[in-house]
Amino acid sequence: MKYEAVIGLEIHCELKTKTKIFCGCATSFGADQNTHVCPVCLGMPGVLPTVNQRVVEFGIKAGLATNCEINKYSKFDRKNYYYPDLPKNWQTSQYDLPIAEHGWVDIDVEGEKKRIRLTRIHMEEDAGKLVHSGTNIKDSASSNVDYNRTGVPLLEIVSEPDMSSAEEARAYMEKIKAIMEYIDVSNCRMEEGNLRADINVSLRPVGSKELGTRTEMKNINSFKNLEDAINYEIERQTEVLEDGGHIVQETRTFDPVQGITLSMRSKENAHDYRYMPEPDLPPIVTSQETIDKYRSELPELPDARRARLEKDFGLSDYDAGIITSSRAMAEYFDAVVATGADAKLAANWMMGDLLKNLNDEGLDISKSPVEAQRLGEMIQLIMKDTISGKIAKKVFKEMWTNTDSPEKIVKDKGLVQITDTKAIEGIVDEVIAKNQKAVDDYKGGNKKAIGALVGQVMKASKGKANPQMVNQLLAQKLDG
Amino acid sequence: MRLYEKPAHVLHEMLVNKEITSVELTEDVLARIDEVEGEVKAYLTVTRDEALARAKAVDEKIARGEEISFLEGIPGAIKDNICTKGVRTTCASKILEHFVPPYDATVMTKLKAENPVILGKLNMDEFAMGGSTENSAYHPTCNPWNTECVPGGSSGGSAASVAAGTSIWALGSDTGGSIRQPASFCGVVGLKPTYGRVSRYGLVAYGSSLDQIGPLTRDVTDCAHILNVISGHDDMDSTSSEAAVPDFTKALVEDVKGLKIGLPKEYFVKGMDPEVEKAIRAAIEKYKEMGAEIVDISLPHTDYAISAYYLIAPAEAATNLQRYDGVSYGERVEGEDLVAMMTNTRTEKFGEEVKRRIVIGNYALSAGYYDAYYLKAMKVRTLVAEDYAKAFEQVDVILAPVAPTTAFKIGEMAGDPLQMYLQDACTVPLNLAGLPGISLPCGFSSKGMPIGMQIIGKALDEETIIRAAYTYEQSQDYHTKMAKLGGNN
Repeated sequence: MKYEAVIGLEIHCELKTKTKIFCGCATSFGADQNTHVCPVCLGMPGVLPTVNQRVVEFGIKAGLATNCEINKYSKFDRKNYYYPDLPKNWQTSQYDLPIAEHGWVDIDVEGEKKRIRLTRIHMEEDAGKLVHSGTNIKDSASSNVDYNRTGVPLLEIVSEPDMSSAEEARAYMEKIKAIMEYIDVSNCRMEEGNLRADINVSLRPVGSKELGTRTEMKNINSFKNLEDAINYEIERQTEVLEDGGHIVQETRTFDPVQGITLSMRSKENAHDYRYMPEPDLPPIVTSQETIDKYRSELPELPDARRARLEKDFGLSDYDAGIITSSRAMAEYFDAVVATGADAKLAANWMMGDLLKNLNDEGLDISKSPVEAQRLGEMIQLIMKDTISGKIAKKVFKEMWTNTDSPEKIVKDKGLVQITDTKAIEGIVDEVIAKNQKAVDDYKGGNKKAIGALVGQVMKASKGKANPQMVNQLLAQKLDG
Repeated sequence: MRLYEKPAHVLHEMLVNKEITSVELTEDVLARIDEVEGEVKAYLTVTRDEALARAKAVDEKIARGEEISFLEGIPGAIKDNICTKGVRTTCASKILEHFVPPYDATVMTKLKAENPVILGKLNMDEFAMGGSTENSAYHPTCNPWNTECVPGGSSGGSAASVAAGTSIWALGSDTGGSIRQPASFCGVVGLKPTYGRVSRYGLVAYGSSLDQIGPLTRDVTDCAHILNVISGHDDMDSTSSEAAVPDFTKALVEDVKGLKIGLPKEYFVKGMDPEVEKAIRAAIEKYKEMGAEIVDISLPHTDYAISAYYLIAPAEAATNLQRYDGVSYGERVEGEDLVAMMTNTRTEKFGEEVKRRIVIGNYALSAGYYDAYYLKAMKVRTLVAEDYAKAFEQVDVILAPVAPTTAFKIGEMAGDPLQMYLQDACTVPLNLAGLPGISLPCGFSSKGMPIGMQIIGKALDEETIIRAAYTYEQSQDYHTKMAKLGGNN
């Protein structure tokens, strides 16, 4: 039997508010243990939460940016379970009236568009961090709790099980990441845990409408792990089913080193969270006015921006997709174009040398040694024929480690293109004289032989001769 | 007459007129504690040195000719579920035996701005769960009028100390009657403000949607003054009311002419001690004499209030008390692993009544039962509130008993939690509706035990119940009587 995968994601997105969701403690990352704490986030006796209004604003904006309906009457609930990283032994979250519901985003996988539905977006507090003396809580003689992260605001973005492959899941998570970056509610730094996903995977016979038994993998914090975990789990479940077995509904953990998932907790041990409305917080009532205000504050979102780049600059769908996949990339592109650089050239350079270099060094575009301004200036040198595209590659490489302007680099390195007809003619004559065989081939009808001659001219000019002029002059001389 | 016998407003005048010093007053009350605390056992912690130091500072201020506030230099004490910075706050539970809060409850911040003398922390039912103070993990408190009887609860320590003269005033908290019932049992005045009138920040939560801090005092005048101090919106409590706070002492006027007083028939039924009913009927007659209009009303869902309360309060309590797990504060009983440590801590350090309510609460919230219990209870709560809303279309205040009996014997109801719960039938509905209520003395039983009555007001209308209570109080002298204890009366 053929099986298809059914995948849903719960993405936890840490919000970039200055203070925590229910108290005034700082949210900044990397502070000394238990320094960003107060009686409220420590859940001490008698304390009460107060809602950080920025969190509500960010929740509503995230909802609007993902085509959700905003619940004008929303509330917080207590999700009860005992764990030492949770000082109150409940997480203040949202149960039946989340801030936003019923949204969607579109993804692209290999040119195929697909709509992924969002079930809901709700606001909640993060838990603290356990530091074990051993490898986990069971084999440790002692564990310490760092409560700095306790009460850091999160959005939980829950999708419908609309994805059917690891690639789609990745594209979906990338889209959510892009949107959250665009609307500036999260830093989305996956390595810092700003963005992490719980993945639900099940299989069903192709064509079946019924959902199979699912497993859940928690706290996946990179795109690679996301794909690996899903692919492993699809393979594992397929094997189980093909051997006539049954999938156990359970939580599994993904081991990125071995690339496998392991059973953590079966449904029999699942929590009964005993949800209860949070009596210490009044319901969140949002007016249409406020919703409209937040909507008006939203920036251009990835899909709209992509369409605009295609329409205004004639970029390919693929290029526009990549460039708008992150807010930083899109802003970099805009900045390059703003210098007066040609948009298509800008896109080509970004998609080519820039991304390659960034990827090689694992750098984010915001940390690119070649800033948008300088890339723009370099592209203008190409446009003015000061340098050829080929020379530009050398200039770009130099710019990666040299903070001088591209103009200065071109001058200092003597890379200015030769556009003087006389000078080029001299080299052309020399090359013709030295390459009788190629000349004969060309004249004998092998027009491709001119390529070798062009190469020789370029080589002799150290790449500085204007290639169009070289082509023209060679053709003139050989045909004439 | 000793100083500890006088209400705060009299003592305030004496301080202002330099007839006494705060040190003299404080020493007298501390002496009273030495004399009778062994019988009453109202306190869990006495902060003697701090109290005297504060009194001395106030006297210096008076000596410098500076003005003093109403409570300045007047000794009072605090229920032990209200967080006091630097002073142990146990909730009368073993699980918080050594817990010293690093913060003050908002009411403490407000009180401290008035500079009263704080004598210490008062006994209560563990985590405010109970109506007799027998559920204290440390010791029961005895009723000053008959030390074989309970003082009521859960603010039993507060009511007993005010009645015994071991404090001039006290703060308590009321979730289902925990201020009003002990006030009634001990013959003092106790007021539960409208939900949201007083900040709950720093009040160790029992039933968060029901809890409210309020004063217990010798008379209605003191009660109004203290309510002035502790009321008002607090940014730290999102459920606190934004409504402006009137000067409640302006309501201390003798005038009930034309005041419409509702008598809910559902509050005058089965199991009520005839002596209690008689005293309340007499008070009603008195009101008539003074020009009030008595209106018979019905609050039809009253019978269901107890059942709803004993689902909602335990449900909230079950989650509120989850934080006591031995991890980061409070007591810890070690175990072989994390779960064993948490289990041992909670098993050993929580008392039986607390555990009973945790079990009830978790049961009511568990998957599959939520709709049948918690959700239904919340619907009943709405119906109870609607009953009051309808009644208040016809009347200005509602008069009712506080408890069906006078104070019962210590141990009399132990082992019968259900009977104990039914004691709350007349007090619980207000908490469900969030309304204010005042309990004030209206007589004594043939055995000399105090009887209290309850006046219930519209939301945020503490003024009218204070006026009604004050007018009645001025017509008789029950509130001036003190319990005979320690041979000093």
